[in-house]
Amino acid sequence: MPEIRNYTLNFGPQHPAAHGVLRLVLEMDGEVVERADPHIGLLHRGTEKLAESKPYNQTIGYMDRLDYVSMMCNEHGYVMAIEKLLGVEVPLRAQYIRVMFDEITRILNHLMWLGAHGLDIGAMTVFLYCFREREDLMDCYEAVSGARLHATYYRPGGVARDLPAQMPQYESSRFTSKSAAARLNERRQGSMLDFIDDFVQRFPGYVDEYETLLTDNRIWKQRTVGIGVVTPERALQLGFTGPMLRGSGIEWDLRKKQPYEVYDQLDFDIPVGTNGDSYDRYLVRIEEMRQSNRIIQQCVEWLRSNQGPVLTEDHKIAPPRRDEMKGDMESLIHHFKLFTEGFCLPEGEAYAAVEHPKGEFGCYLVSDGANKPYRLKVRAAGFPHLAALDEMARGHMLSDVVALIGTQDIVFGEIDR
Amino acid sequence: MDALILTITTLLKIVLVLVPLILCVAYLTLAERKVIGSMQVRVGPNRVGFKGLGQPFADVFKLLFKEVIVPTNASRFLFLTAPILSLAPALAAWAVIPFADGWQLADINAGLLYVLAMTSLGVYGVIIAGWASNSKYAFLGAMRSAAQIVAYEIAMGFALIGVLMMAGSLNLGDIVRAQAGGLFSWYLFPLLPLAVVYFISGVAETNRAPFDVAEGESEIVAGFHVDYSGFGFALFFLAEYANMIMIAALASIMFLGGWLSPIDGVGDGIHWFLLKTAAMLFMFLWLRATFPRYRYDQIMRLGWKVFIPVTIVWIAVIGFAIYFEVGPWFSTVRSGGI
Repeated sequence: MPEIRNYTLNFGPQHPAAHGVLRLVLEMDGEVVERADPHIGLLHRGTEKLAESKPYNQTIGYMDRLDYVSMMCNEHGYVMAIEKLLGVEVPLRAQYIRVMFDEITRILNHLMWLGAHGLDIGAMTVFLYCFREREDLMDCYEAVSGARLHATYYRPGGVARDLPAQMPQYESSRFTSKSAAARLNERRQGSMLDFIDDFVQRFPGYVDEYETLLTDNRIWKQRTVGIGVVTPERALQLGFTGPMLRGSGIEWDLRKKQPYEVYDQLDFDIPVGTNGDSYDRYLVRIEEMRQSNRIIQQCVEWLRSNQGPVLTEDHKIAPPRRDEMKGDMESLIHHFKLFTEGFCLPEGEAYAAVEHPKGEFGCYLVSDGANKPYRLKVRAAGFPHLAALDEMARGHMLSDVVALIGTQDIVFGEIDR
Repeated sequence: MDALILTITTLLKIVLVLVPLILCVAYLTLAERKVIGSMQVRVGPNRVGFKGLGQPFADVFKLLFKEVIVPTNASRFLFLTAPILSLAPALAAWAVIPFADGWQLADINAGLLYVLAMTSLGVYGVIIAGWASNSKYAFLGAMRSAAQIVAYEIAMGFALIGVLMMAGSLNLGDIVRAQAGGLFSWYLFPLLPLAVVYFISGVAETNRAPFDVAEGESEIVAGFHVDYSGFGFALFFLAEYANMIMIAALASIMFLGGWLSPIDGVGDGIHWFLLKTAAMLFMFLWLRATFPRYRYDQIMRLGWKVFIPVTIVWIAVIGFAIYFEVGPWFSTVRSGGI
């Protein structure tokens, strides 16, 4: 009688390394993975279908909830698709603000990724270091939009409002003593741009800190070098984008290849890997954080010296200022129409993609001329990556599967949508 | 009558050893959370009692009052036996530890062997727990633990053979006494490679990070004790920490001169033993905060291909050094260090 050696292991959806609700059915031979079968759909909320029943501007908030660790980049892809169909001009200052927040979001996402990847491989401390820096960036989110995570800050034709002249400060409470609040407020004395500038100065030092913990760590290298190797050809065939593709050595970045907003006027580099393994992808993402830092710095400088509108003056698309609305009949009507009916897009279709922290995030809009999309299709960057998990995991051990989920930077909000 | 008195005094002594030990375990958990907390730029528990000092008791009460759940398909008897099997040897091993000169529950000649036997027995608790739970995760944890213990037990045993050769005795008290003569007579220096191997093997034996594959939080959830709740879990926890303190105490006895002061003859006593043990325990926590987890096969490679050869070579070196009476350390060994 032949001996049956393989067995299946249900990995998730309730699992500390499942990054949310990944259900993996693993066919194992001892500790070695023979086949990995990712099951999706446990976080399906029907975002695309919901968008069909709402005016265009009310769907922006749903975009935050797709990839819930890189919120504003999702919004960006969506508003860009609308702008493409409308043909509306975005003010230059708004473009810079968008680019700055895209890069802040990239750092937020990569910090979250680094922390989670570290935690998956057992390096607990990196996680908490990353969250320390995330806190500052989330304060920036909060300062411009009022929300730490789900900002809904981008609008078709610009951004919701200009950067605040004063960075909000902490107040002392039962949980924050006066001295602790004063210490937290030390960096928050000036404007928001001062705060970001200060962060940009500090951040490279923090990245060095993470690197001392991981980059030359023998255990970290043993756990990531040669794990989940994807050749450049295969990476293209599998539809990889973002750091997953660049880790395999293909220099592809929409910010350079298909510049949107003001990326063509900014100075930054695209890091690429050579071996296409988890370690290279780690290095690529670390370097991306440094490059994002550079971009933010350039944006801060530009924004300091250039004032201007941040939202289009076309009140068919963007609401009029509140004080105008109080005294002007036409503005009141505009306001009323926008917040009840929204706006209509000309008949047609458009695809707009941004370089999301995880790869190419695109929105494909089909409009039949109404105030709601006929169809919205979201191209989530993580979807093709997860689809390749089987190929990447085959022949590796159970612990490597965890490392692979980490290196793919899976977030279920965007995969299940 | 004499037998009765002996029994009562022995029981009293056992209580005198175990109660402080269990208190140490309780506060080691707090120390771990505080130390790792400060390494990770956070505060650690600070709500229960003054600065969080009541936290261990809160944890114990929580675990005591939780329901003990036995999975339907588990082997009930073994499932309930496993935590006891894991804890009992961890506590029993303390019988031969000399806390200070003559402060020892049982001054037996085969002390070192007894300790090795007891610490190896602990793995049965882990294996049985993993098997009896009837869960794939727990079973994987148990298999990993079994393989790991075999590899590291050997390395650890070899590391201790060096100590045995130097001291010429298996009695733990005699091993400490053989290290008399100040800081540089401690075995840490002549046996440095063995001391390092011993400590790392100890970390692996106790399933602590970065060798915690048997628990493997992010891979196999909690490994062998996934299915344990309430007090069953608490017993495993207690055993793990008692073992940690055990390894640290043994390291201080075998390589750091136990209760001896670093300056010859000045203020020897239990405080030195406790201080050295605490320092070793700090290393455990430090390792946990710093390193990622090894993969299962990499642990095996480290054990079999690095540690065991290193110890074998160093044992040969010591053998030659003792035979030819080399250097400052080995010249006195043959004439009887003690």
